[in-house]
Amino acid sequence: MSLKSLKVPSIDFINKRKYALIFSALLFAMSVVSLGIQGLKLGIDFTGGTLIEIGYEQTADLEEIRTKLSDANYIGTNVQYFGSDTEVLIQLEPQEVSSAKLSSSIIRMLGEDVDVRRVEFVGPKVGEELTNDGGLALLYALIGILIYVALRFEYRFALGSISALVHDVVITLGVFSVLQIEFDLTVLAALLAVIGYSLNDTIVVFDRIRENFLSTRHTDPKPIINDALNQTLARTLMTSLTTLLVLLALYFLGGEVIHSFAGALIIGVVIGTYSSIYVASSMILTLGIAKEDMLPSEKEKKEIDARP
Amino acid sequence: MNHNTGWKNILIVFFLLLSTLYALPNIYGSDLAIQISGTGNYIVSDQDVKDIEVALADNDIDHKSIGLVDSRILIRFNDSQSQLSSKALLKESLSRNYVVALNLAPSIPQWLSNIGGKAMSLGLDLRGGVHFLLEVDMDAVIATSINRYENELRSLLKKDRLYRKILKENNFLVVKFKEQNLKDQAKKVIRDELPDLMIVQGSESELQLSLEVTANAQSVSKKSALKQNLTTLRNRVNELGVAEPIIQQQGTDRIVVQLPGVQDTARAKEILGAVATLEFRMVDEKNDLQSAVNSGKTPSGSKLYYFKDGRPLLLKTSVIVTGENIIDAASGVDQHSSPMVSITLDNAGGRSMLETTKEYLHHRMAVVYIENNVETIIKDGETIKSRSKTQDIINAATIQSTFSNRFQITGLDSSREARNLALLLRAGSLSAPIEIIEERTIGPSLGADNIKKGLISVLVGFALVLVFMGLRYRVFGLVANAALTINLVTIVSILSLLQATLTLPGIAGIVLTVGMAVDANVLIFERIKEELHVNNNIQKAISEGYGKALLTIADANITTLIAALVLFSFGTGPVKGFAVTLSIGIITSMFTAIIVSRAIINMIYGRKKVEELAI
Repeated sequence: MSLKSLKVPSIDFINKRKYALIFSALLFAMSVVSLGIQGLKLGIDFTGGTLIEIGYEQTADLEEIRTKLSDANYIGTNVQYFGSDTEVLIQLEPQEVSSAKLSSSIIRMLGEDVDVRRVEFVGPKVGEELTNDGGLALLYALIGILIYVALRFEYRFALGSISALVHDVVITLGVFSVLQIEFDLTVLAALLAVIGYSLNDTIVVFDRIRENFLSTRHTDPKPIINDALNQTLARTLMTSLTTLLVLLALYFLGGEVIHSFAGALIIGVVIGTYSSIYVASSMILTLGIAKEDMLPSEKEKKEIDARP
Repeated sequence: MNHNTGWKNILIVFFLLLSTLYALPNIYGSDLAIQISGTGNYIVSDQDVKDIEVALADNDIDHKSIGLVDSRILIRFNDSQSQLSSKALLKESLSRNYVVALNLAPSIPQWLSNIGGKAMSLGLDLRGGVHFLLEVDMDAVIATSINRYENELRSLLKKDRLYRKILKENNFLVVKFKEQNLKDQAKKVIRDELPDLMIVQGSESELQLSLEVTANAQSVSKKSALKQNLTTLRNRVNELGVAEPIIQQQGTDRIVVQLPGVQDTARAKEILGAVATLEFRMVDEKNDLQSAVNSGKTPSGSKLYYFKDGRPLLLKTSVIVTGENIIDAASGVDQHSSPMVSITLDNAGGRSMLETTKEYLHHRMAVVYIENNVETIIKDGETIKSRSKTQDIINAATIQSTFSNRFQITGLDSSREARNLALLLRAGSLSAPIEIIEERTIGPSLGADNIKKGLISVLVGFALVLVFMGLRYRVFGLVANAALTINLVTIVSILSLLQATLTLPGIAGIVLTVGMAVDANVLIFERIKEELHVNNNIQKAISEGYGKALLTIADANITTLIAALVLFSFGTGPVKGFAVTLSIGIITSMFTAIIVSRAIINMIYGRKKVEELAI
């Protein structure tokens, strides 16, 4: 690539923001409705219960396992293949007597020759704590970021980035709710990583918007923001692409255990990229960002004056 | 512009060498090994090493090496066959002073471990093993301590016959008096002699006092219960033979137990949670058993007990010896090849046993197996703790001859039961019931799968990014790739040095970092391209590109770091692992993407006339 081929794209993002807004609002509403109606398919990390992953030599007979479990009067059982048809995942809701002994007796019931690959038991109290901690973690992450962005930029930027983050988190949760993918602790971790990632994107755009405001005499925020979006577009897409590449590797090669985690990140990165272009910047525009808000403090002013 | 100062180059090279050096231990595999350590105060010695070598040679078991490191003996093997057979051999031949455990020992060259080189420590999800979270039943601890204070109070006030009645109401002790001056006297005595008891504010009436255990004393009993349970659990884990177990307090009433590489998790569960002990009591042969069963009224001094099969028996309430008096226990089979446990008592227990067996020769003595259980049950949508106590007679036999501190008990169902009972008696009983409230077990096959899949996805993701960057940014892309490679090596070396536990989500964190680490370079390179567009001065474009992107990179990374730190402080286990690698990755990527890549770019393009940039 030589100098000549370098072209900053000139896509009119800002005037199309109406459509983006409608699109986002639609996705957001669908997510909220789905979350409200069918909610998330919470994993045992949050509901409490028992999970057993078992490997068989040959194709496992799910019906037989189900019959055995129901004969033994276990309630709320879910038996399915996991990854391949020689591996079986058994999940049990919290039983009347919740104890770690449950898994031992089930394994004994299924026979001695099975390969116990994974057992997870979460007591009801622990599940409750993990849910609370998870919610708090999301909240604290958002607050911490809000404070940092408000300090580094301006409150409108902070609100803009937080609205993009809420947008991303709710829609990612919405996808998990619509598709009824299991939501466990690792997905929660992924969600926090999405927050970090999406914010990363948004900050880059904001940085450019601020810089453009300061380096031009124009005062109309629309073209300034639009320029900033175009200037950072190449970077936004490149970074999203490299991140998606590794996530796809993780999704397809990382094994069944990491599936939901990688899935959440993939969804989050796609939505986060979109939101940093369309949601965050149109939000600060709507909030009425103006050149005066960018006026630097005394110290910074001197630095700018010193520039050629 | 765009040249490196000497000291900066030296610093970077020094850093690269250092991180490569400490990442190095991870490329060596690990050996199948057996680890032998002393229990309690016993410390293994060089003589032990010699003895074991002889024993192995006598049984024709090959071993790769044997050595004494950090007061542990480590024997390395070439195959699992010899590892397993020598474990069986050593477990049998060594006394109970030793813990024999299977282990995987990293085979790092001596010079590397001399300078502190260590391989990353793998989490349970990668090496297989069990993670338990245990909760100590603190309500039971408080209840026990109140009983104890009740006894103390009674004996204290009994001396001068101060009280009329002492009642236990919930967690209060209510003392009733005949006269007011007796109450005042009692108050003074309690204040002086039992400072752990406090009069409940506003509860005092003319002839009555309510007392509660002070918060301070309560927390002391809770702490000591937790401490004693920790000790007992350590003993039990030692008995199980686990290399590198983790037994740690978490919060005020919880204990984390992690047992890497344990295969028989069912047994581990049975052993850790069991609150089992024995009591020896005489059979009440004077009173009529049948009438006691029918009427439900037991004669005073006796209590009705049942065998496991439901047969009743009247036993005397006074206990001859309890589990506390047992100092050693071993399982085996008796002459009829039924399972038995041979028991050794301490002095006090031996004396008491001798007196009893002398006095009651040809009478019957019973062994009662007592187990305290605490379980969480869901009742009407609420979770409550349910406590149960099983007391089974396992054996009632006629005393044939006098004995004191050594004897055997039979009547056990299976040799597994005998083995477990012997172990529990040896390790000591738990001072308060505990309950497993969380379990995460990863079988060895899944652990191996996880390592393999994690490694493959890191490598494939890494390769994809390398190719992509090379195609898009040419020479600059290759520089970014070099920075990324260094970044990966640095992450591995820091994880190894910190001995932070690497988990599967941790690997995912590394993968994610690989994807995001190039972001800084992308930002810089896109900026350089832009600068080239407005200004044809190539050297200036490079310098401005780096300079202008710097603040953006810092802002973007700090916000991600905030999210990672929140994850770290709230996350448990695997999630924490993700947060650790993500945080380390963010910090190292800033360094490699900005400083290291700049240094390489300067080496290629700095201080010379460049016509065109390959970007």
